[in-house]
Amino acid sequence: MHVRIVEGRFDPWAMLAEHESTHSTVSGNFGATATFVGTMRDFSDGVTVSSMTLEYYPGMTEKHLQEIGAATAQAHDLADWLIVHRVGTMQPGDPIVLVAVWSAHRAAAFTACREIMEDLKARAPFWKKEQLADRDRWVEHNTPG
Amino acid sequence: MAVTIRFFASLKERLGVEHREIDAAAVNTVSDAWRAVVADEELPDNVLIALNLEYVAADRVVKDGDEVAFFPPVTGG
Repeated sequence: MHVRIVEGRFDPWAMLAEHESTHSTVSGNFGATATFVGTMRDFSDGVTVSSMTLEYYPGMTEKHLQEIGAATAQAHDLADWLIVHRVGTMQPGDPIVLVAVWSAHRAAAFTACREIMEDLKARAPFWKKEQLADRDRWVEHNTPG
Repeated sequence: MAVTIRFFASLKERLGVEHREIDAAAVNTVSDAWRAVVADEELPDNVLIALNLEYVAADRVVKDGDEVAFFPPVTGG
């Protein structure tokens, strides 16, 4: 499985290790692994954020991530790829997203990891709602990379 | 059969609608589907539209059994 939506706290490094140990496609035929881990901040637009809730579109979100992952893997001849995204309510410091790609050489790995992440930020159906000290607010747009 | 209309995130909260089923015969395009549920507001330019889990433009034709979703700009990652 290349796409996982998880409701509870997850350990990206344990998931990487698990993926490498259970996917035969990743053993021995790659020279480069690039990973990106996004983590919840405790500040946003100058104010303190106490927690955050992530909504998604069950069905479409997984489908979209599967499509972008598969297309990127084909474009860059990846040995394997993995996308994990948290949903539900989380706390500052919690991992939100993990993108990992395996390829023969580093150039494809760096590029593919970045491309998947940028598409995810721009197109994957997720929405953040921040809990502030005195109110909740929907995040209107993502910050530029 | 019917067309299922779904709303997400801030749009769902603002409109006070999560999902609605409408008669497929009453609508032609996804724009019509919006108007069938949100009578007093034009479809905002920045709202994203999905038909059967794929992004589409507002003029796409809908048919029996389709699922149309409207949602605000995405903010994942």
